[in-house]
Amino acid sequence: MNLFKIYKNTLLVVILAFALSACAQQQKSATIDSQIKDDVFIGTDTVEYLAKGVPDRVFFATNESVLTTRSRETLRKQATWLRANSSVTVVLEGHADERGTREYNLALGERRANAAKDYLMTYGVSSDRISVISYGKERPVDSGSNPLSWSKNRRSVTVKAN
Amino acid sequence: MKKINFLIFLLLVFLPNKSYSLIEVDITRGNLNPLPIAVSPLSSDEKTKIALEKELTIKDVGSEIAKVVENNLRKSGLFNPLNKEAFLQKSDIAHHKPRFEDWALIKSQALITGKVSLQEENLRVEFRLWDVLAGKEMLALAFTTVPKNWRRVGHIITDKVYERLTGEKGYFDTRIIYVSEEGPKIKRIKKLAIMDQDGFNTKYLTLGNELVLTPRFNPTNQMVTYLSYFKNLPRVYLLDIETGLQEVVGDFPGMTFAPRFSPDGRKIIMSFAKDGNSDIYTMDLENRIVEKITNHPSIDTSPSYSPNGKYITFNSDRSGYQQIYVMKSDGSNVKRISFGNGLYGTPVWSPRGDLIAFTKLHKGKFYIGVMRTDGTGERLLTENYYQEAPSWSPNGRVLIFYRETKTNDKGEGFSAKLWSIDLTGYNERLVKTETDASDPSWSSLLSN
Repeated sequence: MNLFKIYKNTLLVVILAFALSACAQQQKSATIDSQIKDDVFIGTDTVEYLAKGVPDRVFFATNESVLTTRSRETLRKQATWLRANSSVTVVLEGHADERGTREYNLALGERRANAAKDYLMTYGVSSDRISVISYGKERPVDSGSNPLSWSKNRRSVTVKAN
Repeated sequence: MKKINFLIFLLLVFLPNKSYSLIEVDITRGNLNPLPIAVSPLSSDEKTKIALEKELTIKDVGSEIAKVVENNLRKSGLFNPLNKEAFLQKSDIAHHKPRFEDWALIKSQALITGKVSLQEENLRVEFRLWDVLAGKEMLALAFTTVPKNWRRVGHIITDKVYERLTGEKGYFDTRIIYVSEEGPKIKRIKKLAIMDQDGFNTKYLTLGNELVLTPRFNPTNQMVTYLSYFKNLPRVYLLDIETGLQEVVGDFPGMTFAPRFSPDGRKIIMSFAKDGNSDIYTMDLENRIVEKITNHPSIDTSPSYSPNGKYITFNSDRSGYQQIYVMKSDGSNVKRISFGNGLYGTPVWSPRGDLIAFTKLHKGKFYIGVMRTDGTGERLLTENYYQEAPSWSPNGRVLIFYRETKTNDKGEGFSAKLWSIDLTGYNERLVKTETDASDPSWSSLLSN
């Protein structure tokens, strides 16, 4: 009888633990899913703002420098803000994640920042107000070694230079 | 780098004729039976000991030099230095006339003996290499130098022994230039650092005020080219190690990176990035003439010359992803050579000319590997979470590279270390550094 009770209790604990961990698992992958779409970070963590409603950065897929629909929307907001604040100059800082060789990542960061620069120029921001620098994988914002951290690090950040 | 004048001369030329030697060390295979060798402490008389202890604050330089040799030999993976406790014969007597049966008894096949003395202000070191089984002297040399160079004497002895027993030049009297790293992953402080190949005599060449990356020696080891973010403008720089003078290489309106010297030391080859496109350029250091070598709307980077200067291997994503290419040094005849699964980067031509070492990324793992210069014979030497940037030992037998660790869930536990591995894929070793380290570059032999 006693044994049975212990057995029952243990079983209960085990089932509970299972349920809990499954729950945690589900929650975790749910947050990742809601923060990454097609290998591009779409969350708000780490994002800062140049002005109200004007995010400072856009994100990229692994090894890519193509701007997503969302990135173009962000850059249009930046362009509108820059046109309204014509004395502001900016530096576009291009970055890569840690999953690539250092030298290639320097080039990739430069390519990403230039993709953002080209788009800003298309929307009326003069090229002499924009400079570009690549940090490759040297300045991550997130030190994690997982897909979510990497996605936050693949970015071009628009920084006020004056 | 300070030019140090070593006086090297043959002591007694008995029989440096290889065909008579019984001992041979095969370095072309992974060596599972390293050669048992006895390194007898180098002897010196009391007067010398006292004088040298006063100058160097080292108790017994002779036995310290022997330790340098022993450590080098062990780390090569080809030799098994025997425990000194077992030695039966005193070191000063052994140097004059080894009792070979005593050394054979402890299973030693080769024996190194030596003597340290002072010649006026100078340190005089003589050593002999003996074939224990044949009962013969194989090599006898003496060096004279300033006492503070005593570690280098140990390295030169190792090079001579290695060369005599393997038939190939050594790589011990060399230095490594690398990037020293400290601080959290999101805000690393990086400095240029230089050290002896065995991790001793570390010197820092920059203060850490700006980000520095990818230092590489020139062929005479006096200059270094590297990338610096001085004033937040990433540019290729040239540094004279002896004088500490630095200058920007060329006048490029954008980022220059991935520099290396040409084999004659006259040019620097590098990437220049502009408007989202990186191409390869050279600049002649004498007449400052800049030449554009590649012209392609893709990323072209990590160039490395063949030892004869006729070809360049580089990294390009013109096929869509990072692959390795070879071209003539004028930029003509571009051929892709990497065709395996995955991405390939950081190609670097072996000093022997026959192989290209690379980093490969496949299914989330990083590999260091080698292939022939036409892309055939790909061989992966080591697999890890993250590793890259191989650099060849001057004899083309060993590769040094860096490895980074995966962080935990909280983003903690990051480290970067230097590692070395033999071309055979055996003998993988952590290379000791004072701080975390990356981007190693191996010098050529400092003395010959």
